[in-house]
Amino acid sequence: MNIAVCVKQIPDPATPYELDGENHWVVRPNDQVLDDTDRVGVEVGLQLAEATEGTVTLFSMSPSGSLQGIRQALAMGADKAVLVDDEDLKGSDALTTARILSAAVQREGFDLVITGTESTDGYSGVVPQMMSELLDVPCLSFARGFSVADDTVTIERQTASGYETVTSPLPAVVAVTAGAVEPRYPTFKGIMQAKSKPVDTATAADLGVEPVVTQAVIAVEPVASRAAGELVEDDGEAYLKIVELLEEVKVI
Amino acid sequence: MAIWVFAEEIDGAPTPGSLELVSKANSMGDTAVFYVGAGSPEAFAVLGAHGAGTVYHLDTGDVLPAAPAARALGELLEGSDTKLVLFGMGNTDRDVAGRLSARLGAPVVANGLDVSLQDTVTVTSEILGGSLSVTTQVVLDGPALVITRPKVFVSEDTGGGSPEVHTVALPDTGRSGGATITERHVEASEGPDLEAAQIVVSGGRGLGAPDKFAMLDELAGLLGGAVGGTRAVVDAGWVPYSYQIGQTGKTVKPSVYIAAGISGAMQHIVGMKGSSTIIAINKDPDAPIFALADLGVVGDLHKVVPQLIEALKSRS
Ligand SMILES: Cc1cc2nc3c(=O)[nH]c(=O)nc-3n(C[C@H](O)[C@H](O)[C@H](O)COP(=O)(O)OP(=O)(O)OC[C@H]3O[C@@H](n4cnc5c(N)ncnc54)[C@H](O)[C@@H]3O)c2cc1C
Ligand SMILES: Nc1ncnc2c1ncn2[C@@H]1O[C@H](COP(=O)(O)O)[C@@H](O)[C@H]1O
Repeated sequence: MNIAVCVKQIPDPATPYELDGENHWVVRPNDQVLDDTDRVGVEVGLQLAEATEGTVTLFSMSPSGSLQGIRQALAMGADKAVLVDDEDLKGSDALTTARILSAAVQREGFDLVITGTESTDGYSGVVPQMMSELLDVPCLSFARGFSVADDTVTIERQTASGYETVTSPLPAVVAVTAGAVEPRYPTFKGIMQAKSKPVDTATAADLGVEPVVTQAVIAVEPVASRAAGELVEDDGEAYLKIVELLEEVKVI
Repeated sequence: MAIWVFAEEIDGAPTPGSLELVSKANSMGDTAVFYVGAGSPEAFAVLGAHGAGTVYHLDTGDVLPAAPAARALGELLEGSDTKLVLFGMGNTDRDVAGRLSARLGAPVVANGLDVSLQDTVTVTSEILGGSLSVTTQVVLDGPALVITRPKVFVSEDTGGGSPEVHTVALPDTGRSGGATITERHVEASEGPDLEAAQIVVSGGRGLGAPDKFAMLDELAGLLGGAVGGTRAVVDAGWVPYSYQIGQTGKTVKPSVYIAAGISGAMQHIVGMKGSSTIIAINKDPDAPIFALADLGVVGDLHKVVPQLIEALKSRS
């Protein structure tokens, strides 16, 4: 089975990011890491590839040309990667991102596309659905459990009050939740192999996609933050402080 | 030119979030609702009471709704001069918004906290855990699809009359529509509804083990509140997803929010920072949750919570 996994490279969430003054785009540092959410997608892809003797191809749109995050995913075990690297894609919205990724996936061919539910830095949470429409396949979103048998994919789809079992013929897009599986850690061997795995690059023009600007950030302002209240060290009696406050706000 | 609202039926009624959107749309202009579910005169009446003039009703049965809903709504929008379609954060809302965007080439603006419509659509949202407010303007003609967060608009029964209801035939969506729902499971939680509760007791990874939630159940029981949690404990399988509070979970605005063993990651904070009073118990004095707590207790929750439970018990 031909499995495509979309992985986003993002600025390390541990370091604060900035917006540039002119366009209010995220200033992307050169070293970008694999979005944690997408480590889950890679793991799902690898498990399905192992079960079906399939291959895992990574797809990423990362205008900065950074490869660190993709190498991380290759080190987990993915076979190869396609990186769409194009200055003109800077500040792309979700629809342009989806058009690019779909065109790249289409070009390579696929049975299953796996994505995260939402990215850590963008969290629009609509890229997988857009891709499914562009690829004319079902989108099995919010998947917390999954299985593939006989050209059919079945997922447990998280809902507000529980879950649904959803089944679909392949090809399809599956967007997985962060808790779906526990991603593996790359082994030393995996890290060494990742350095020589093939990474193809493409531009928007190669894929026949014309980036369209649909929205502009017109203002960014600080929000007055909630003031911190009292901080007490528990000396064995701090619970009394809580009781007092509950009385004060009249809930007891 | 109507403002459109996407509304999903859950448990026989429009979701509370969709009624918030209908009220908001009604404050801006004529409101048309695209309603997905079994439908009933009662459900349509509720939509009308909140200001829907027209309801387009699609029943997708056991077909996963996104593909047929996006196609049918897309066809309705194509012949109109609509500039704004409102969606909530529900799973089906997001599925339909994404597919519809790709069908129409229409932009999606997500995570909205407010939206206005003049010549163009403008949306405000917050980033970095709510520390920066961002205003985005749509610069493309045609409809903008705006996904807004729950509880930012107030749902109001303004006594509107029955809407005009049009039944929409289930379109054939070919390969896209091939997904079906074969089973539905409810993972019921006891006690009051988390989103409506006036007191929320919420637990994070600091609880250490799933059975420790029993302690929070007891505390919530004594206070007449509901229990929630972070994504970390949901992903770990300690509690069902219906407990999750935050960016990708529920938004709560209770009078009192008690956070036990929660670090206060920005994705958690966006779901609870509207609480009137916030109490946090965490053993790390530098935990970010303390930056917004009215009362922060630096200590071991395994000591503080049982003491609190005993104190409350001895009062009653
Ligand atoms: C796209 C995206 C969406 C997300 N959506 C959500 C969401 O909707 N909701 C959500 O909650 N998170 C969400 N997250 C995850 C979020 O970033 C955090 O990882 C998560 O909130 C952390 O949960 P936690 O506070 O339980 O765990 P941790 O961050 O591990 O914190 C545990 C805390 O417990 C304290 N502790 C440990 N032992 C004790 C003790 N004995 N007594 C007292 N305190 C103790 C520790 O000091 C620590 O502060 C999302 C992340 C991403 C990337
Ligand atoms: N630039 C990108 N490159 C690769 N995959 C992406 C990109 N942006 C989004 N995705 C995928 O789409 C999912 C949802 O992202 P988003 O819609 O941005 O919240 C992510 O978890 C990724 O799997």
